[in-house]
Amino acid sequence: MSFLLDHLNYVAVVVLMMGGLFIVFSSGNLIKRMVGLAIFQTSTGLFYISLAKVSGGTAPIMINAASKEGQALAAELDLAYVAAHGLDGVVYSNPLPHVLILTAIVVGVSTLAVGLAIAVRLREAYGTLEADEIAALDRETPKSTGAGP
Amino acid sequence: MISFETLYAAPLELIKHAPVLLVAGPLMGACAAALAPNSRWAWMISVAASIFAAWMALCVAGEVARKGVVDYAIGGFAPPLGIAFRIDWLSAMMGLLISFISVLAALYSGHALRAEVREEKHGLFQAGFLLCQAGLLGVVSTGDAFNAFVFLEVASIGTYALVALGADRDRRALPAAFNYLIMGTIGATFFVIGVGFLYAATGTLNMADIATRLVTLSDSRAVLAGFAFIVVGLGLKAAMFPLHGWLPNAYAYAPSLIAVFLSATATKAAIYLLARFLFTVFDPGSGFAHLFLVWVLAPLGAIAAIVCSLQAVFEPELRRMLAFSSVAQVGYILLGLSIASLGGMSAGLMHLTAHSLMKAALFMALGGVAILLRARTLADFAGAGRDAPWTMAAFAIAAASLMGLPLTFGFLTKFRLIEAALSANQIWIVAVIAASSLLALIYVGRMLEALFFRTPAPGAARAAEAPLGVLVPLWILAGVSVWFGVDASLPEGLANSGALALLGARP
Amino acid sequence: MNSGELLILMALAIPLFVAAAVYAVGRMPDVRETLTMVACIALIVIAISMAMRVGQGDPPVWIAARPLEGVELAFRLEPLGALFALMASALWGVNSLFSIGYMRGRREANQTRFYVCFALAMFGAMGVAMAGNLFTLFVFYEVLTFSTYPLVTHKGDEAARRAGRIYLAILVGCSVTLLLPGIIGVHVIAGSTDFIPGGQLAGKIAPGLAGVLLALLVFGTAKAALMPVHSWLPAAMVAPAPVSALLHAVAVVKAGVFTLLKVSAYIFGPVLISEMAVAQYLLWIAAATIVIASLVAMRKDDLKARLAWSTIGQLAYITSAALLPASAGLVAGGLHLLTHAVGKITLFMCVGAIYVASGATKVSEMRGLGRRMPIVFGCFLVAALSVTGLPPFAGMWSKFLLLTASFGSDEWITAAAMIVSSLLSLFYLAPVAIRGLLPPAKDAPPAEFIRPGGAPGLAVAPVVITALACLVLFFLADEVTAFLIPVAGGAP
Repeated sequence: MSFLLDHLNYVAVVVLMMGGLFIVFSSGNLIKRMVGLAIFQTSTGLFYISLAKVSGGTAPIMINAASKEGQALAAELDLAYVAAHGLDGVVYSNPLPHVLILTAIVVGVSTLAVGLAIAVRLREAYGTLEADEIAALDRETPKSTGAGP
Repeated sequence: MISFETLYAAPLELIKHAPVLLVAGPLMGACAAALAPNSRWAWMISVAASIFAAWMALCVAGEVARKGVVDYAIGGFAPPLGIAFRIDWLSAMMGLLISFISVLAALYSGHALRAEVREEKHGLFQAGFLLCQAGLLGVVSTGDAFNAFVFLEVASIGTYALVALGADRDRRALPAAFNYLIMGTIGATFFVIGVGFLYAATGTLNMADIATRLVTLSDSRAVLAGFAFIVVGLGLKAAMFPLHGWLPNAYAYAPSLIAVFLSATATKAAIYLLARFLFTVFDPGSGFAHLFLVWVLAPLGAIAAIVCSLQAVFEPELRRMLAFSSVAQVGYILLGLSIASLGGMSAGLMHLTAHSLMKAALFMALGGVAILLRARTLADFAGAGRDAPWTMAAFAIAAASLMGLPLTFGFLTKFRLIEAALSANQIWIVAVIAASSLLALIYVGRMLEALFFRTPAPGAARAAEAPLGVLVPLWILAGVSVWFGVDASLPEGLANSGALALLGARP
Repeated sequence: MNSGELLILMALAIPLFVAAAVYAVGRMPDVRETLTMVACIALIVIAISMAMRVGQGDPPVWIAARPLEGVELAFRLEPLGALFALMASALWGVNSLFSIGYMRGRREANQTRFYVCFALAMFGAMGVAMAGNLFTLFVFYEVLTFSTYPLVTHKGDEAARRAGRIYLAILVGCSVTLLLPGIIGVHVIAGSTDFIPGGQLAGKIAPGLAGVLLALLVFGTAKAALMPVHSWLPAAMVAPAPVSALLHAVAVVKAGVFTLLKVSAYIFGPVLISEMAVAQYLLWIAAATIVIASLVAMRKDDLKARLAWSTIGQLAYITSAALLPASAGLVAGGLHLLTHAVGKITLFMCVGAIYVASGATKVSEMRGLGRRMPIVFGCFLVAALSVTGLPPFAGMWSKFLLLTASFGSDEWITAAAMIVSSLLSLFYLAPVAIRGLLPPAKDAPPAEFIRPGGAPGLAVAPVVITALACLVLFFLADEVTAFLIPVAGGAP
C-alpha cells in the first residue's frame, strides 16, 4: 500500500492510460472516442513529467548559487549529498522530458483537431456520430455515395 | 554496386547539408503548395520538391558510399545532447526508395487529383502529400528516438487527413480515416511511452547512445517494458498482424494517389523503425529480443502471410484485395527479418523494396483505369484488359511480380527468402512461403482473369486507357520490376549493405 | 560474343521475335503463317548446328545474366539438351504446318493469339533445353506453363476455362510449392544449381536428405505427369488438336521428363541415385502409373482422352529410366523421349485431321472411316505400332533399351510394368486404325465428311512426314544412342 502511495503519480498514469483506452474501445460515439484518445495521450505526459522530477530538485531555471535564492535552496538540501555530488548547491529537475511532452502535446492537439474535423465531415455525410449506426448505413448502401468531384 | 558519386553533381555546400535538406525540401514545398494559386502550380511544386528530395537522397547515398555513415547534428548541437541525423546504408536505401516512389506518385498526382478530388482542395492536398513525404524521410534519417516519433506523427497526421479526402468519391473513406487515426495514434503513443521507458533507464534519447548504454542494462524491468511498448506501437503502424485492422479500409477508400503512396512507403517506414530498434538499439542476441524474434515476430509474420492471403482470396472489392495482400506481404518482410541472419534480413529488405514497387504499380494502374468507372469489385473491372491494354499490361507485370513469377523482381526476393530460411534450417518458414505463394497465385489469378478474360456486362461503364501522365510513372515502376528481375545487383547490394549496417551497428 | 553464345541467343531470339512479329501482322494471315514457317526452319538450322558442336565436343555456353549473387541465368548445351532442342524445333515446324491446315480447315477464331502463344511456348522449350542450371530451367519451365495456358483455353467456353484452371492449378501449384523449394534446397546445400556431369550433389549430401530433395523435384515437375499430379493432362484435352500435339509431343510433357532426366544425370548423378531408397519408392510409383494409365486408356472412347492416358504411361517410362540405379537408363530415356515424341505427334495430328474432316472424336465413330482417309489411318497405324514398340519402327529400340536397362539393374517390377503396358497398348492403339481401315462387314457405314474433300492437304502432309520419321529413326537409333552416351557418365 505504501508502495502505491509512494508512486501515486505512476498509479495515475496507469489509470489514465487504461481509462482512456477503455473509452476508445468501448464507446460508440466518435466524439467520445476522441476524448478517450486525448485522455490516453495525457497519461504519457504525466509519465514523462514524473520521470523528470528529481527529488529535491527545483524548477529547471538557472539560479546563481551565490545569490539569496540560491543559498536558500541549498540550505534545504542535505549537505553531505551536495558535497558528495559536487553540486554548486542547487539541484534542478530534468527539463528535457518537459520539452518532449510539449512536443507530444502539440502532436496530440493536432491529432485531436484532425479527428474532430473528420468527425464533422462524418456527421455531414452520415447524419450520425454513432459508430454502429455508421456501420449499418454502410452495409445498407454498398454503392459509394460521395460528394463527387 | 552503382557508384553514386557519378549520379549526382551538387555543390559541396548542398552535399554537406543534404541530410537535412532531404527533409526540409518537401517541408518547404508543402508550405509553397498550400499557397499555390491553382492546381497546376501546386502539382508543379509537388513534383519539383519530390525531385529535389530524390536528388538529396542520391547525394546522401553517395556520401554514405564514401564514408560509411553520415552524421549530421541539427543546429550544430552535438549528440547525445543534440538531435542528430544518422544515415547509414539502411537509411540511405530507405531514403532512396521513399523519394523515388514519391517522385512517381507526384507525377501521377496530376491526373489522379483532377479526377478524384475537388479542384479547390488540390493545393492543400499536395501540401499534405509533401508533408507526409517529409515526415517519412525524416523517420528514416533520424538518429534520435523521440525525433523519430515526431516525424512519424508528422507523416501520420498528414495521412489521416489525406485518406479522409477520399470522401469526395466514397464516403466510407471517413470512418476508415477515423479508425486509422485512432489506431495510429494509439500506436504512436505506445511508441512514445516505450521511448520514455528507455529514457528512464538510460538517460539519453540518441539511438546509438541508448544502444551503448543498454548493453549493461538488459535485465532492467523498465527496458523490457519499453521494448514491449515500442514493438507494439510500431507494429500498429506497420500493420503487423493482428494490429492491421485499419489498413484494408484505409487503402481501399483513400484517393488512389494516397493508396499508391501509402502502400509503398508508410508501412515501410514503420518497418524500418521496428528493424532499427530491434537490431540496432536492442541487441538481437540478448534474451528477450531473441525470444521476441522467434516466438512473436516470426509466427505473426507467418500468420499474416497465410490468413491475410486467404482474406484476399475471398474479397470481392479489388482495392481491398490488394490491401489484404499488402498485410500479407508485410508478413513476409517480417518473416525475413525474424531470421536474424544476414541472409534473412537482406531478403526481408529486398522484399520490402520489391513490394513497394509492385504495390505502387498495381494501385496506380487501377487508379488510372477506374477514373471513369465507379469501379470497386472485380465484376466492375471486367474486361478492362482489353479496353486499356497499356495500363493493364503494366498491371499484369506488377501482378506477375506479386505472384513471384520468374523474370520479375518478386521471384528473386522470394528465392532469397526461401534460401535464407533453408540456410537457417527454418523449414516451416519455407512451407509458409510456399503456402502463401499458392494463395497469392489464386487471388492474383482471379484479378487477372477478371481483367483480361472476362467480358464486361453489357451497358456497364467501360474503362479507358490512362493518360500519358499516368502511363509514364506506371511503366517506370513496371519496367523496374522487370529490370530488377533480370539483374537485381542494385537492390541486392543495397539490401546487403543495409542488413550489414543494421547488424554491424552494434557498438 | 563468340559463336556459341550467338547460337544460343539466336535460338532464344527467333521464337521471341516471331511472337512479336506474328502479333504485329496478325491481320494478314498468309504473311503470318509464312513468318512462322521461316522461323521454324531457321530454328531447325540453329538446333542442328548446336547439336553438331556438342557432338564435336565444343558445346555452346552462354552466361546471360547474374540476377542475384551466386545465381546465374546460364545456358550450356549437352547431348540431352541438344537432342531436345533439335526435336522441339523440328516438330515445331511440322506442327506449324499442321496447325495451318487445321486452323484454316476449321476456320477457328483467335488464330493470331494461337500462333503467338505457340512461338512463346517454343521460346520456353528452347530455354529449358539449353538451360545450364536448375534456376534457368525453372525460369523457362514457368514461361512454358504460362505461354501454353491461353492455348489450352483457346476455345473460350466454360469447359475450356475450367480445364485451364486445373492446368494452371496443378502445374503452377506443384512448381511453386515443391519444385522451387527443391531447387533452392539444392542451391543451399551444393552452393549452386549448375548441371555437372556426375552430379552436382554427389558427395555433398546424405542419401536421406537427398531423397527428400528428389521427391520434391520429381513431384514438383508436374509436367512429367507422374501420379498423382497427372490430372492436368487429360483435362488439357479440351484444347484443339495442334495444341494437344504440341503439349504431348513437343513442349510441355517432354520438358517435364527432360527435367527429370537432367536432374537425375547432372544434379544427383547415377551414383547418388543408386544409393537412395526414395528413388526405389518413386520407381514403384512410376510402375504403378504405367500400368494404371494403360488400363484407363483402354476404357476411353474419346480418342484424345485415350491418347492422353497413353502419354501419361509413356512418360512414366522415361521417369523410370531416369530413376534407375543404372546410368544406362538415361540413354534409354533420352531415346524414348525422341521416339515417343515423334510417334505421339503423329497420333494427335491424325486425330486432328479426322476431326477436321468428319467431326468424329470417339473411337466408336471411326469405324470404316479409314476407307475414306487411308493415308491418315495408315499413318496412325504406323505410329501406333511405333509407340507400342514393334519393329520396324523407332519405338522398338527405345523400348528395348529401356527393358535392358531395367533388367540390368534388377528392377523387375519396372520391367514387368513396361511389358504389361506395351501389350495393353497394342490393344488400345492399333485397333483404332485397323477397324478404321478394315471394319467388320456388319458395321454401319461411316459418317459423311463435314468438310468437303476430307482433311486439308496441309493437315495430312505433316502426318506423313512424322510417320516416315518413325520408320527412319528405326535405322538411326544407333547414331542417337551414340550421341547420348556421354550423358550416362564421363564428360560430355
